[in-house]
Amino acid sequence: MNALYVICGLGVASLVAELLHLKKWLIPFLVLGIAAATVVGVRDWNTNVSYFHGMVVMDNIAISFSTLICVIAFFWFWMANNYFHKETHVTDQAALVLFVIVGGMVLTSFNNMAMLFLGIEILSLSLYVLAGSRKESLLSNEAAFKYFLMGSFATGFLLMGIALVYGATGFFHLDKVAGYIQTHSTGLPGFFYAGVLLIVVGMAFKVSAVPFHFWAPDVYEGSPTLITALMSTVVKVAAFAAFFRLLAYCFPQVHSSVHLALLVITVLTLVVANVTAVYQINVKRMLAYSSVGHAGYILLALVAGGRGLGNAIFYYLAAYSAATLTAFCVLDLIEQQHASASVDSFNGLFKRSPFFALAMSVALLSLAGIPPLAGFLGKYMVFAIAINQGYLNLVILGVVTSLIGVFYYFRVIVAMYFKEPPPGTLALSLSTKVLLAVLMVLSLGMGIFPNLVLVL
Amino acid sequence: MIGFLIFWPLVASLALFALRPQNAKVLAFVASLVELVASLLAIVLIDHSGAVQLIITTPWIASLGVDFYVGIDGISLLLVLLTTTLVPLIILSSYGQPVQQPPIFYGLILFMQMALVGVFTARDGFLFYVFWEMALIPIYFICLIWGGADRARITLKFFIYTLAGSLFMLVGLIYLYLHTPGVHTFNIHALYQAGHSMSAPKQGLCSGMFFVAFAIKMPIFPFHTWQPDTYTVAPTQGTMLLSGIMLKMGIYGLIRWLIPVVPIGVASWAFTAIVLSVIGIVYASCLAIIQVDFKRLIAYSSIAHVGLISAGAMTLSKIGMQGAVIQMWSHGLIVFALFYIIDIISERTKTRTLSELGGIRQAAPLLTTVFMVVTLGSVALPFTSGFVGEFLLINSLVKYKVIVGAMAGLTTILGAVYMFRTFQRTMLGESNSLTQVFADLTVREKVILYPVVALIVLIGVYPAPLLGLSELAVNNVLTIASQVTGPMK
Repeated sequence: MNALYVICGLGVASLVAELLHLKKWLIPFLVLGIAAATVVGVRDWNTNVSYFHGMVVMDNIAISFSTLICVIAFFWFWMANNYFHKETHVTDQAALVLFVIVGGMVLTSFNNMAMLFLGIEILSLSLYVLAGSRKESLLSNEAAFKYFLMGSFATGFLLMGIALVYGATGFFHLDKVAGYIQTHSTGLPGFFYAGVLLIVVGMAFKVSAVPFHFWAPDVYEGSPTLITALMSTVVKVAAFAAFFRLLAYCFPQVHSSVHLALLVITVLTLVVANVTAVYQINVKRMLAYSSVGHAGYILLALVAGGRGLGNAIFYYLAAYSAATLTAFCVLDLIEQQHASASVDSFNGLFKRSPFFALAMSVALLSLAGIPPLAGFLGKYMVFAIAINQGYLNLVILGVVTSLIGVFYYFRVIVAMYFKEPPPGTLALSLSTKVLLAVLMVLSLGMGIFPNLVLVL
Repeated sequence: MIGFLIFWPLVASLALFALRPQNAKVLAFVASLVELVASLLAIVLIDHSGAVQLIITTPWIASLGVDFYVGIDGISLLLVLLTTTLVPLIILSSYGQPVQQPPIFYGLILFMQMALVGVFTARDGFLFYVFWEMALIPIYFICLIWGGADRARITLKFFIYTLAGSLFMLVGLIYLYLHTPGVHTFNIHALYQAGHSMSAPKQGLCSGMFFVAFAIKMPIFPFHTWQPDTYTVAPTQGTMLLSGIMLKMGIYGLIRWLIPVVPIGVASWAFTAIVLSVIGIVYASCLAIIQVDFKRLIAYSSIAHVGLISAGAMTLSKIGMQGAVIQMWSHGLIVFALFYIIDIISERTKTRTLSELGGIRQAAPLLTTVFMVVTLGSVALPFTSGFVGEFLLINSLVKYKVIVGAMAGLTTILGAVYMFRTFQRTMLGESNSLTQVFADLTVREKVILYPVVALIVLIGVYPAPLLGLSELAVNNVLTIASQVTGPMK
């Protein structure tokens, strides 16, 4: 819980920094602050304390996921150092990002539907603004508007669902709802199930599962690249943590009633996202679809359920985030050079900067699930869970979509190693190099020593 | 010991990537020689009882039941030796032509060696899978960066094709893993138990999934369509790695991870597999006859030879499996030599088209002699290594079903047709403007080719040591398999 306070404090501090003319030192200060928050958060391990009359519970699942969010945020701020240098509104933007993180951390630890709603709103409202932060760009404005409209709809669904569930059970607390369902398993009214379904739909919007994904590619493409990186890592982790918490703690009993809906969503997400990604020529858009596709694999584990689910989802998200951050870091630099994020702008990267090409290759191979990188082990655990619960058919579908994934990820690899480079060299700052090296080591290290991450 | 064999090439390759030394090719060669010496030491260190030895076992991913569990028996040893023998020769064979970015090129070759040694020694299913996939990455990049025309499309097809097979194997492996008794593990002994306890249809399902992976890797008809293009477009060293060592991963997998683990399932698939292999033999041989590109011709001939190996192994008999093990060595040597000869010829004449060659014999008698011996080995003439292997394999097939044996025997006849025709069209006849001036073997080429030729003849004349190394290990595999199926032929 203290971690949450620290991050809130940082957010306020960065707003105050504007007044006190401390902009210059803000980003290093924030990076250190987030590192401190991470340490503070980890120290709560195994304490399992609840706050605010049980509305927030800091159990191990909450701590592990919020630590993951903090670590991602740490790397994100590191990566964004240059970006903030050019911005005029450093403090506002940094504060907004910090509030996204706060929202994400609330989403990992809620034990009350009201907190779920609050978390989603804190997270989303900041993101709507951030998505439109390139005010002069039409695409950025479009992204913000689209995101806001779609997001509001989703929140509406979610609220309606919460209301219906409250109407049927009389509780907002997850554990009490779960207890009520257990004692009244036969006498639940029909609108209770409608409520659960609406909540699932609302969450599916947030994790951008098909068919509720239509906002994702446009918003990802239109937003500034670093904000996109934030959306596809922090937001994804938070949304899945919340989804997992809901399904595992609140609705394990009614799992079967929404099961079919989840199953359909999973299959659609796997197939549609991966197939559509093949047709993208813009790498940013391709990564957007790929992130939707990865949501499909996590959903596959969620649908299957069973032992080891928390571990698998946590590991998958950690592996995915490390690779995605690397890819976005490279993409951002390429975009600055070429003013475009098409596959062609990656041409001959290997000859221009082997280190850069190596970093991008590691990220893409990890996303494609090639051992010994972390992405492989994530996929392995998802598949193992699904086969254990008897979903062999879904796993075979997952195998086929992974192969499609290789096809589009490798298009970038082929461009980097095979095509002729344009003239000019790439200059890399030392800080970026170190960041990329650390992220690569993380992708590889998590793959070779997964015990360090498999803590749940 | 095995730890060194696996990690030494890894260390060497990482050092090459990181330090990018000027004389990368020399360093890489020295590293691979050290590896060869170490693997020769292994022969002395183990007794030839057929048991698994030099075991290393430490927990790796405890929560998933994965151990770093490696060990060596006769079959593994032979394949490790094949790898460690061929890799220095492959590195040496690249000295003739300048290579771009040498540290990365040689680093990738050594990285590949690490993965291959790992595949041949792993005794934990998960570890095996990880090494299996890791072998794919370096060869993909070797072909992509240093390959010939249209390589982007062809190598991607190769990658996706083989990855598809691997992923099915992964699903099969997880399926087996979830059937292991008690706390699930990937330990090979637990997988034996899991496989043996399954019902026949489940075993069939599992072995189907494994078989697809192995069939694509070898490749067996109809999973071969990636192979001729990839072999042709890959740089010579890449082709040597693919055909000399990497395809043996498929056959090794068959012997180690398929036959003893799910014997009933394999038995139900055996006939299909043998028929497919035999179709592949005849089909690929016929295609080899009409090829105009020398390299492509050898690629097709490789499908034919490997088809015979897999057919022999799938008879699930001792002779067949012994033949497969010997033939893996023989094929590795012969195909390496053939691709190197192609490299020599095409480097000097700038062409691989058979009709443009001819009459090289006048200018290069030494090369001609070497090529003759290799050709004889390839068509399995007695007193060459090819004969020992093919004799055992065809023998096992005849015992399985006479008609199958007869069809498979066509490989020697058709092989003679395309190999002798190739020999005739390149070496004999009138020399033309391209082949008139043709330098004979240089010292370096002799250093590479003479030992290979000597080995081809030596194994042919005196195969007992190789057979002795693998015999008891093969017996063990069959004993484990026969625990559920009853004694095998």
